[in-house]
Amino acid sequence: MATIKIPPVLRASVGGEKEVSAAGANVGEVLRDLVANHPATESQLFAGEGELNRYVNVYLNDEDVRVLEGLQTAVGDSDTLVILPAMAGGR
Amino acid sequence: MSASGAELLQKVKSEIEEVDPAEVLELLDEGVVVVDVRETEELATGHLPGAKHVPRAYLESRIEATVPDRSANVILYCASGIRSAYGARTMLKELGYANVRSMTGGITLWKDRGYDVVVPRALTAEQRERYSRHLLIPEIGAEGQQKLLDAKVLLLGAGGLGSPTALYLAAAGVGTLGIVDDDEVDLSNLQRQVIHNGERIGMPKVDSAEASINALNPDVNVVKHQVRLDASNIMEIIEGYDVIVDGVDNFPTRYLLNDATVRLRIPVVSASILGFDGQLSVFKPYEGPCYRCLFREPPPAEMAPSCGANGVLGVLPGTMGLLQATEVVKLIVGVGDPAIGRLLLYDALAATLTEVKVRRDPECPICSREPSEITDDEMGVFPDYEAFCAAAG
Repeated sequence: MATIKIPPVLRASVGGEKEVSAAGANVGEVLRDLVANHPATESQLFAGEGELNRYVNVYLNDEDVRVLEGLQTAVGDSDTLVILPAMAGGR
Repeated sequence: MSASGAELLQKVKSEIEEVDPAEVLELLDEGVVVVDVRETEELATGHLPGAKHVPRAYLESRIEATVPDRSANVILYCASGIRSAYGARTMLKELGYANVRSMTGGITLWKDRGYDVVVPRALTAEQRERYSRHLLIPEIGAEGQQKLLDAKVLLLGAGGLGSPTALYLAAAGVGTLGIVDDDEVDLSNLQRQVIHNGERIGMPKVDSAEASINALNPDVNVVKHQVRLDASNIMEIIEGYDVIVDGVDNFPTRYLLNDATVRLRIPVVSASILGFDGQLSVFKPYEGPCYRCLFREPPPAEMAPSCGANGVLGVLPGTMGLLQATEVVKLIVGVGDPAIGRLLLYDALAATLTEVKVRRDPECPICSREPSEITDDEMGVFPDYEAFCAAAG
């Protein structure tokens, strides 16, 4: 099971957790497993056609999966996925 | 019988190698490390271009920080070649340097030959005292301090992030601090906005910030912009600044700022905060990614907590604002590795600082093009976000 780091804006959708585990052989499968366990995350992560929303970045460890093989990027058990939506608070 | 001074000098010179100014002139372009070992006051009349400064009296204790590589090709000089001869012997015999020479005739002969010298603009006695802890760090020194005094930094917002950033940049001697803020001080600001205080509630934040900065450091010229940044005024306001500190609390302004700074090639030190989490990155146009490379478009309102009133740990903007101030100083002085192409993620509850890579997007709608190709009409443009945000409250 890979570890997924949950950003502040998504924590309410996963019961307040900062990290969850999810199963899958690639990024797409791991995120689908997350959605299966926490359905409220689906619309925040995925656009209509099953692609990631443009305003959400997903990193495998420290690399953007878009420069790897996107949702097809292989994920191992010791890997960490970081979900990162844009944040603008400054006040 | 002990040796006379002249005899000792002769002995020392026989133990080291000397190098003629003509050869030093040629070596300057080849990465040789030139160290001026004269006293600080003597530098005012000029020094060799690119020379580092370690007074002879501090050679043993400070040369390591200035020249960490003991195999480096080093040339010492002083006024006439005596102190540098002693210094070269010390470095060779006692400090383990392999390749140190002394310039024959010192800077006196150098000048007689008509070679270029750099005459530093001198700090005042008060400035030397005020910035003494900077002058003691070789990476900053008098040269770096002068760069800070000459620098113009624009702070977007005198709020959570802008407060600590402004105070520390002012203390560090950044010569011009511009502040853009159309807001007034409110009691609920004081949990984190440390540049303001309880006596200034209702005062424009730019005025309150100016008062605090002036009280801290009169060297700093404060330029107040009591406006809200928008497409009609942004180019005029930001032009001429060396670095911009982005602490804005909404996406429309972030995208607008990104597009304008790419056009003007101004680096932006950007941070954002929420709850116990902070993010920071440096966007240096055309050297690294821009904000649109990182986030092509802003999130919808339900995923954009900046829209409503959201909580933040009062200390967090202090932490993130001072990381921003640090990056600003590094950019101005030209030291270290700024967080270009990296997004730093600070988790205050976990006490962890991690980072992810940010790549330049070859298809970036803004920075994949030349600045001259970016038009006024497309700056900050994306689906009507402000209306969406307002609707979401």
